[in-house]
Amino acid sequence: MQDYLKIGDKTFSSRLFTGTGKFSSPQLMQKALLASGSELVTMALKRVDLDHKEDNMVSYLENPQFNLLPNTSGVRTAKEAIFAAQLAREALGTNWLKLEIHPDPKYLLPDPIETLAAAEELVKDGFIVLPYIHADPVLCKRLEDVGVAAVMPLGSPIGSNSGLKTKSFLEIIIQQSNVPVIVDAGIGAPSHAAEAMEMGADAVLVNTAIAVAADPVAMGIAFKMAVEAGRMAFNAKLGIQSTSAKASSPLTAFLED
Amino acid sequence: MATFYDIFSKYNWDDLSGKLQEITAKDVERALLANGKGSIDDFIALISPAAEPYLEQMAHLSHNLTQKRFGNTIQMYVPMYLSNECQNICTYCGFSLDNKIPRITLSNDQILKEVKVIKEMGYDHVLLVTGEANKTVGYDYIKNAIEVIRPHFSHISMEVQPLDLEEYEGLAKAGLNTVLVYQETYHEETYKIHHPKGKKSNFQYRIETPDRLGEAGMYKIGVGSLLGLEDWRVDSIFTALHLDYLEKKYWKTKYSVSFPRLRPAEGFIEPKVVMTDRNLVQLICAYRLWNGEVELSLSTRESKKFRDHIIKLGITSMSAGSRTNPGGYDSNESLEQFEIDDDRSPAEIAEMLKSNGYEPVWKDWDKAM
Repeated sequence: MQDYLKIGDKTFSSRLFTGTGKFSSPQLMQKALLASGSELVTMALKRVDLDHKEDNMVSYLENPQFNLLPNTSGVRTAKEAIFAAQLAREALGTNWLKLEIHPDPKYLLPDPIETLAAAEELVKDGFIVLPYIHADPVLCKRLEDVGVAAVMPLGSPIGSNSGLKTKSFLEIIIQQSNVPVIVDAGIGAPSHAAEAMEMGADAVLVNTAIAVAADPVAMGIAFKMAVEAGRMAFNAKLGIQSTSAKASSPLTAFLED
Repeated sequence: MATFYDIFSKYNWDDLSGKLQEITAKDVERALLANGKGSIDDFIALISPAAEPYLEQMAHLSHNLTQKRFGNTIQMYVPMYLSNECQNICTYCGFSLDNKIPRITLSNDQILKEVKVIKEMGYDHVLLVTGEANKTVGYDYIKNAIEVIRPHFSHISMEVQPLDLEEYEGLAKAGLNTVLVYQETYHEETYKIHHPKGKKSNFQYRIETPDRLGEAGMYKIGVGSLLGLEDWRVDSIFTALHLDYLEKKYWKTKYSVSFPRLRPAEGFIEPKVVMTDRNLVQLICAYRLWNGEVELSLSTRESKKFRDHIIKLGITSMSAGSRTNPGGYDSNESLEQFEIDDDRSPAEIAEMLKSNGYEPVWKDWDKAM
């Protein structure tokens, strides 16, 4: 049985979303992303040369496998994000948007207040909004209330490759969410991606770990397999790890009297 | 607006009934590890006949999870019946229109007399109850009663007929904190048999009531079904589905589940499916293993012995010293909606709780908030 993921108006058979930054060449990026099977690829609007689209990375993503997910990386406020989103829609012909607002240039941590404000405006303006946020369960529900198509909580600081440091919060988000949950940022190894999928995440977004691997094409394939394995394990329901039947004073003996 | 009725309509009673019979020991053993964060499939496994041999283990797990989340405390509440007037026929209820009993609706003075007795018992949380008589005990009456009672209690709950969204918004503004509304049964045909007359016969309006409460921003919503009207297992799956839907959609609201049980020979109707004490323990533990956060409530319908033991198995709130007739605290007369089994006073219940290492909590909110 095919296990599709539906977000907004699109259906994906791959649950591995990818990014375009940090590759040593656009040719290598294209090869790695094709090999990864990824169908949704995010790119920073600030990296796209809007006047000469044929010269830049966009031309390497013109492939039926890929859907483009422009992101607002670099903006610092809701106002800037909304402006960038409108530019992206105009230039790239898609109303899909990865909303990321990080006023802090060092760790690129998302600003929850600006993100919520921008998400509300952008949804009203017809965008399919996928916000990049902290693994904050309340923020996820607030974003869901304003109509985002999915939420993208971080697993650990972006680019850190340190795995699911926010696991306890991701569990709550996954349990409560009425929209798809895409674990974004911090996934440094295929085992991290598999772990997120086993927990019940709907998809993961991986960029750095593929882009900076010694062999990005092989790493793209490794992530593809890990995401598929993790998803399959989630659907198959993991085996029992422990049973701790405590032998202490019986609590139900009164039923026998 | 999409409501729970849309989700409800996707399920089939007989399919769920069949699913319960197919649960294996392996399914149960997996569900035992849900740790308060289970799926609906885990819940189904835990209430299935296949889980019965695991009851003692379920009880220990439920005890531990409840203690971890709620500590060694039990919330105390008491019902105050404002009226027994009713335009409905409910085959199992003492207030049913076709029962020839004197009908009473309390005046402001009578309400204040009841308030005095209840406050002397130590309560700061009251549950207001009425029948369904929209002309005399409609929105205006209830709103007035809440305003009269508000200065005396820090938490006001209500169990009355389903109301419209605007009415719930108005009552919340007047000081209402919690609304309990039980579906009675999620079996649509059986529901119609037991509610042949009156506004209550509208199944869809009732099943959508918690949606209206959620929209109105109510602080807490209580759900449940009258266990025994139908197969309690299937009704409980629907209750759990309902709770799951509500928790995700109206995520700022708190929830509680109650376990009113229809028992044989109470003078009204016989249960279609008898729920034993053992079954009820299984259901309460299943809720806790599946959902570590939800409040679980038990009334004085249950026996002294059962209540003394169940406090350790997942319950977080209970009533004591209840009178289920309007004016019953002040006058001590008895024309009850249902028969009370555990008739100990609140002080006696408090003693019992303390001797079991539990602290009774009479107040859990402040009027100023």
